[in-house]
Amino acid sequence: MDAAASRPWHVVLHAVLKSNKVRLFTYVPDRVLTPLIKIAHDDPDLLTLVATREEEALGIVTGAYMGGMLGVVAMQTSGFATIPNALASLAVPYQIPLLMIVSERGTLGEFNLGQAMVCRTMRPVLDALGIETHTITRLDELEFIADRSIQQAVMTQAPVALILSPLLTGGKVFRS
Amino acid sequence: MDTNTTAHHGNRKVMNRFDVTQRLVARLHKNEAVIGGIGNTNFDLWMAGQRPQNFYMLGSMGLACPIALGVALAQPGRGVVALEGDGSLLMQLSCLATIGTLKPKNLLILVMDNACYQITGSQPTATASNVDLVGVARASGLESSHWAADEPSFEHLVERCLAEPGPHLIAVRIDGKSATGSTERDPVAIRQRFMRGISTAA
Ligand SMILES: Cc1ncc(C[n+]2csc(CCOP(=O)(O)OP(=O)(O)O)c2C)c(N)n1
Repeated sequence: MDAAASRPWHVVLHAVLKSNKVRLFTYVPDRVLTPLIKIAHDDPDLLTLVATREEEALGIVTGAYMGGMLGVVAMQTSGFATIPNALASLAVPYQIPLLMIVSERGTLGEFNLGQAMVCRTMRPVLDALGIETHTITRLDELEFIADRSIQQAVMTQAPVALILSPLLTGGKVFRS
Repeated sequence: MDTNTTAHHGNRKVMNRFDVTQRLVARLHKNEAVIGGIGNTNFDLWMAGQRPQNFYMLGSMGLACPIALGVALAQPGRGVVALEGDGSLLMQLSCLATIGTLKPKNLLILVMDNACYQITGSQPTATASNVDLVGVARASGLESSHWAADEPSFEHLVERCLAEPGPHLIAVRIDGKSATGSTERDPVAIRQRFMRGISTAA
């Protein structure tokens, strides 16, 4: 775990995606996710694409999974708030191992009330849909949680949400 | 009742979804994957014959094209067709921007334009007045986007689009009729059959 602890979170997460044979990385940008998005784009073996909407990314990853390519949707909390309908009518009932990485905005020092309100809708929606969810706060736990969760999602054909807490990423802070 | 008579439609013939879907299916000779959008498009696809390479979307309005794009990216050697209604495409119009940017060679979008949200009560969509979905697609980077003038023109376009590198979009003016039946609604069975159907070489 010492080696892992010395690597930044985005390097660890990228390595976990690779070791679990994730070949498609879709995202709608988020400031905190920037280093992960960059490392994904720089990886020639990962098909990395920006979607216009998180719902669209969810559709793309669903189709790719059915075609034999495992994929992930990376998004911000506010992006998650746009996908409950697609989760409830596509990913969950069709039993798709949809891997979601959510950069958590709206808590631990949020400066935008709108973001704070949106954040409060996320976990109740995940709970209502019975989606396996982990909030990752510590770098030394990241590899274990992400690796095991992706394996479980694939083996049980179920979506999973990995919420990256500001405790892990540093989050986005207000600068005057 | 046909409200499908706006200027951008010119003299294009008003066709029928089920008839057009049958003509499409009859031209699929390479185990092409077909994604049926919400409601009528997947119902008529089901009624046109339950190919194992068909995927039927029971909700997630607007996601037929994104799902088809995902299949197309995962299996570049297989032709993939998305069947979408005009209302559904308008809901996720920005997927054309993504497809126009990525330009997957093996993707064909077929838009069934009845100028209304038929299944919810035939309320008019924006294509009933001034929106030309072929124009939107072209402006989004899908240069190979076409209106079918009539049935022979549709058949010719399908054959050409399946043979030549895409992405392609074919739009068809259709009447206001509902689908001819409906799909069995077991999502897991639909997915498993589809995955088996596209697990062997195209
Ligand atoms: C997100 C969402 N909004 C609204 C609906 C209700 N709805 C179901 S089908 C449909 C209309 C689809 O229109 P179109 O794609 O043009 O197909 P048509 O019914 O005309 O064949 C609507 C509005 C829905 N299922 N999901």
